[in-house]
Amino acid sequence: MTNKAIATACAVALAAFAGSAILSTAQAKTLVYCSEGSPENFNPMLSYTGTSFDAQRPIYNQLTGFEYGGTAVVANLAEKWDVSPDGLTFTFHLRKNVKFHTSKTFKPTRAFNADDVIFSFERQWKKENPFFKVSGGGYDYFTDMDMPKLLKSLDKIDDHTVRFVLNEPNAPFVANLAMDFASIQSKEYADQMLKAGKPELIDQEPIGTGPFEFVQYVKDATIRYKAFAAYFGTKPKVDTLVFSISKDPAVRVAKLKANECQVAFGPRPADLPDLKADKNLTVLAQSGLNIGYIGMNTKKKPFDDVRVRKAMTMVIDQKSILDAVYQGSGQPAKNLIPPTMWSYNDKVPAYKMDIAGAKKLLAEAGYPDGFETDLWAMPVQRPYNPDARRIAELVQADLAKIGVKAKIVSYEWGDYRKRVQAGEHQMAQLGWTGDNGDPDNFFVPLAACSSKNAAQWCDKEFDDLVTKAVKSTNLAERTKLYQQAQEVMNKQSPYFFIAHSLVHLPMRKTVTGYKMSPFGAHRFDATDVK
Amino acid sequence: MSPTTAPPPMPGRLALFWRSYAENRGAVVGLVLMAALIVISALADVLSLHSPIEQFRQHFLIPPIWQEGGLWDFPLGTDDVGRDMLSRLIHGARLSIIIGFSVASLALITGTTLGLLAAFAGGMVDIFIMRLMDILLVFPSLLLAIVIVAILGPGLFNAMLAVVVVTLPGYTRLARASALAELARDYVTASRSAGAKTFRLMFDTVLPNCAAPLIVQVSLGFAVAILDAAALGFLGLGAQPPTPEWGTMLSGALQFYQRAWWVLALPGFAILFTVLAFNLVGDGLRDALDPKLKR
Amino acid sequence: MLRFLFSRILLIIPTFIGVTFLAFLLIHLVPGDPIEARVGEHGITEERLAELRHEFGYDQPLWKQFIDYEIGVLQGDFGVSVVTREPVLKEFITLFPATIELSLAAILFAMLIGLPLGVIAAVKRGSAFDYGLMGISVTGASMPIFWWGLMMILVFSVSLGITPVSGRISDVFFVEPWSGFMTVDCAWSEDEGACASAWSHLVLPTIVLGTIPLAIIARMTRSSMLEVLNEDYVRTARAKGLSGNRVVIVHALRNALIPVVTVIGLSVSGLLGGAILTETIFSWPGVGHWLVESIARRDYPVLQTGTLLIAVLVILVNLGVDLLYGFLNPRIRR
Repeated sequence: MTNKAIATACAVALAAFAGSAILSTAQAKTLVYCSEGSPENFNPMLSYTGTSFDAQRPIYNQLTGFEYGGTAVVANLAEKWDVSPDGLTFTFHLRKNVKFHTSKTFKPTRAFNADDVIFSFERQWKKENPFFKVSGGGYDYFTDMDMPKLLKSLDKIDDHTVRFVLNEPNAPFVANLAMDFASIQSKEYADQMLKAGKPELIDQEPIGTGPFEFVQYVKDATIRYKAFAAYFGTKPKVDTLVFSISKDPAVRVAKLKANECQVAFGPRPADLPDLKADKNLTVLAQSGLNIGYIGMNTKKKPFDDVRVRKAMTMVIDQKSILDAVYQGSGQPAKNLIPPTMWSYNDKVPAYKMDIAGAKKLLAEAGYPDGFETDLWAMPVQRPYNPDARRIAELVQADLAKIGVKAKIVSYEWGDYRKRVQAGEHQMAQLGWTGDNGDPDNFFVPLAACSSKNAAQWCDKEFDDLVTKAVKSTNLAERTKLYQQAQEVMNKQSPYFFIAHSLVHLPMRKTVTGYKMSPFGAHRFDATDVK
Repeated sequence: MSPTTAPPPMPGRLALFWRSYAENRGAVVGLVLMAALIVISALADVLSLHSPIEQFRQHFLIPPIWQEGGLWDFPLGTDDVGRDMLSRLIHGARLSIIIGFSVASLALITGTTLGLLAAFAGGMVDIFIMRLMDILLVFPSLLLAIVIVAILGPGLFNAMLAVVVVTLPGYTRLARASALAELARDYVTASRSAGAKTFRLMFDTVLPNCAAPLIVQVSLGFAVAILDAAALGFLGLGAQPPTPEWGTMLSGALQFYQRAWWVLALPGFAILFTVLAFNLVGDGLRDALDPKLKR
Repeated sequence: MLRFLFSRILLIIPTFIGVTFLAFLLIHLVPGDPIEARVGEHGITEERLAELRHEFGYDQPLWKQFIDYEIGVLQGDFGVSVVTREPVLKEFITLFPATIELSLAAILFAMLIGLPLGVIAAVKRGSAFDYGLMGISVTGASMPIFWWGLMMILVFSVSLGITPVSGRISDVFFVEPWSGFMTVDCAWSEDEGACASAWSHLVLPTIVLGTIPLAIIARMTRSSMLEVLNEDYVRTARAKGLSGNRVVIVHALRNALIPVVTVIGLSVSGLLGGAILTETIFSWPGVGHWLVESIARRDYPVLQTGTLLIAVLVILVNLGVDLLYGFLNPRIRR
């Protein structure tokens, strides 16, 4: 009680003292985004989850960038770039007078220049860089993009020009530099913190050139940013940006409805009808680059027999799964790649329920009375699978119709993935979200012999087709090869494809200027709120 | 029916006990609730209209009958994959009784043995056992249970084990304290000098005499076991679907809080009433068995 | 008194060592890997995994890890979070005030309502009020609070829209952490309405977390009061003609409070357990929420140190209660 009295007294005193400040902040625009989880840190070089990238993106810029709401590569910290005819040398001309943020611990004395670029790449690349090991090191995206093998040299030509030389030609290189891992940190800040003996601060109290300055992070609760007044690009429309972290989708929806946040990440399908009916909300949707499936272990009995696998595809009720679990936010799948991707083979037949036929196939395969199997369900919600346990329950009931007794199994998520890769399961749910929109990014990691796929599937015919396709540069030829591969896959049925899910983003009607990214990124630099 | 009407004449101690138990009206209500629960669980297969795990694909999230859209086939509605709520709740009752019984009896047996051992052996054994119990008590019980389930893996059996471990110290301390009190009495000294073996002394002479507080602890332990197992189920660490455990039913239902209140409200009421019944009975037993606390 | 204190403190040392050992052992038995847990479908290379495990010492034998950890703890080094790489102690200190604030509010709520109700019930023993209160109180003590919290949100936040859904303060307000108590710090915020927001966020979690203590305190006060009211000195006071209220308040209540205070002190462990559920339901950024999240992230150092610090806290509170009890009741002092 006394707390309140003191607090109120102070508030009154403060109001009298700082009346003008209150007046101005009362008109400040705040956009609150209900996000789904905590970032690991505030340096995208060290991260590998979309959750972390979303939280880091307001702070940083890269040399190049993606057009807002699209995939085209545009200028960013580099105003323009030249490529040598042999495709090995890339020269970037840097933007001048780009300011870094200011914080309690750091006041920049100079504008952004070539040293910052060199530092940001060498930190991830060269073991002798003093920051290589800071914050645990481990630059997974940098490594994933083959940068250590690709880069031959990186040099500063003058304060505003840098030159990358590659070991071999690589067409997507410029686009790769627009990805989050290629963000630019301040070398001046890094040097100061190193001298102060706290180098890891640059990854926890970040300084960048981006549209928003970092203000405060309360773990598992909120991240707060303020618009950066000296930003070189178009100034953000809001003064304050807040990420309000709630892991539970139901809580995010409740907050959105109460206008405690204006944009909310991934609602559960169950909430969609209600959200769409709400007069105060709009729900943006985009088909995701993803697939959810059930892998049948082709190395284990009874799924080593294609007839058994076929029988499974004839009894699992895809429509019920879509109705009960995806609830309108999924498209029934029949191929590994989503229909929006080039080379999608629409001639592949969709699944058809045929219980008598399935029984016959099982009898032919030597299981007239069915068999026992396990059925794995991941313990977490994934973009391609809103509720694996519910799906497992539905499939379990379907399989019982032909005498197959399925036992639902689950492990802790990291463990789950490892065990599936090792092929410990008989039937396991899993899925994939694509990174770059190329079919190769689906076929090879999910079904080639080189992959530890969820079906433990290795088919010579299929493998030859996709290997040939990735080496070719002719789009028509590649398309043909991938379409053949999809036919082979349908014949062999190593997977039961469940669905491609739609990504939904509900927001208040007062929010304007938001565009969904095809890569699933969330960007608020051009977003306004009335 | 009314608890105030004179009970039928019962012989000796039992009648006396019943009279003093029935003085507490809440305890009688608890007993009736508990009896009803036991009957329901015993007859679960007969009482429920459907199998608790059968999915009616045409009937997702049907509301209870008194609401518009309700069906007589599903008096309390269906859940999100079309399972009959009433049947699930009834089978959940059976499961809860089993959970309460197994956890309480296992904790009672282990705890009492440890407590008696500590009281009789004394010295290092006593110190070791009691320190261990102190250490277990220092962790918030739910946190400890969560960690134990994380180690063993989620599942009903493991959740039950975890609850046994976290409730163990209560039984052990109680058994030790009452055994020590009994040991100081004359009759123990008498039977000891008459040459009774320690083991016999432990279980034949001392245990029956400190049974009263243990009985009370067990009946309250039932309630704690059901509550904790449901909490673990709610956090996704207890019974796994499609098992109709009430806490697990709640955890899956969270997402429907705006569309289907019954999926969320009913399992909670079921937990509440069950725990309440056992708490009331426990209170009644305490009043009846421990005249000092009775007022 | 000093000897009593000393013997109590001596007893704590083995408990403390046991607690660190148990926390260490249990958490290292948890399967799964913090690094594996967050990479998702992409996986991680074996070399990188080995490098990280080496960095955190997970490739050492368990006994060596324990000794290293113990030495660290004695030197005040509680380890670094595997996920954020921030010192665990720093995270604990930032989040702990939120838990304290909630727990204090819950205890105050429970006492302010539970004590008077218990006294009235004892004085009006056998009345409808007494029966009603005892009925409600046993119901409260049987409440599954995770469900209770959901119901409260459903009714007050979602249906009626009176209270906020979750968190400590509306995200619109920026509050510089000073004491860590949002209801205090909000006064320094530049925004009007920050305090109103902070207090309104506190209401539902307080009620939910305070429900069980409220039920227990009311019952305990009632039975303790009944006992004291029967004691000779109260009867004497009554016989001397002192007025009913005066007897109840001055003589009986003071003595009846001793066991109640003990019960409150001993319920700290239970309160922290309840805080885990309450904080999870209301996304309250305290240590309970933090620990549950850390289990999902398999963040061993956080879990280990978090449980350890909470256990130490419980030990200290129990010690305090012991001392207080010894102080109030000289008979047990030896």
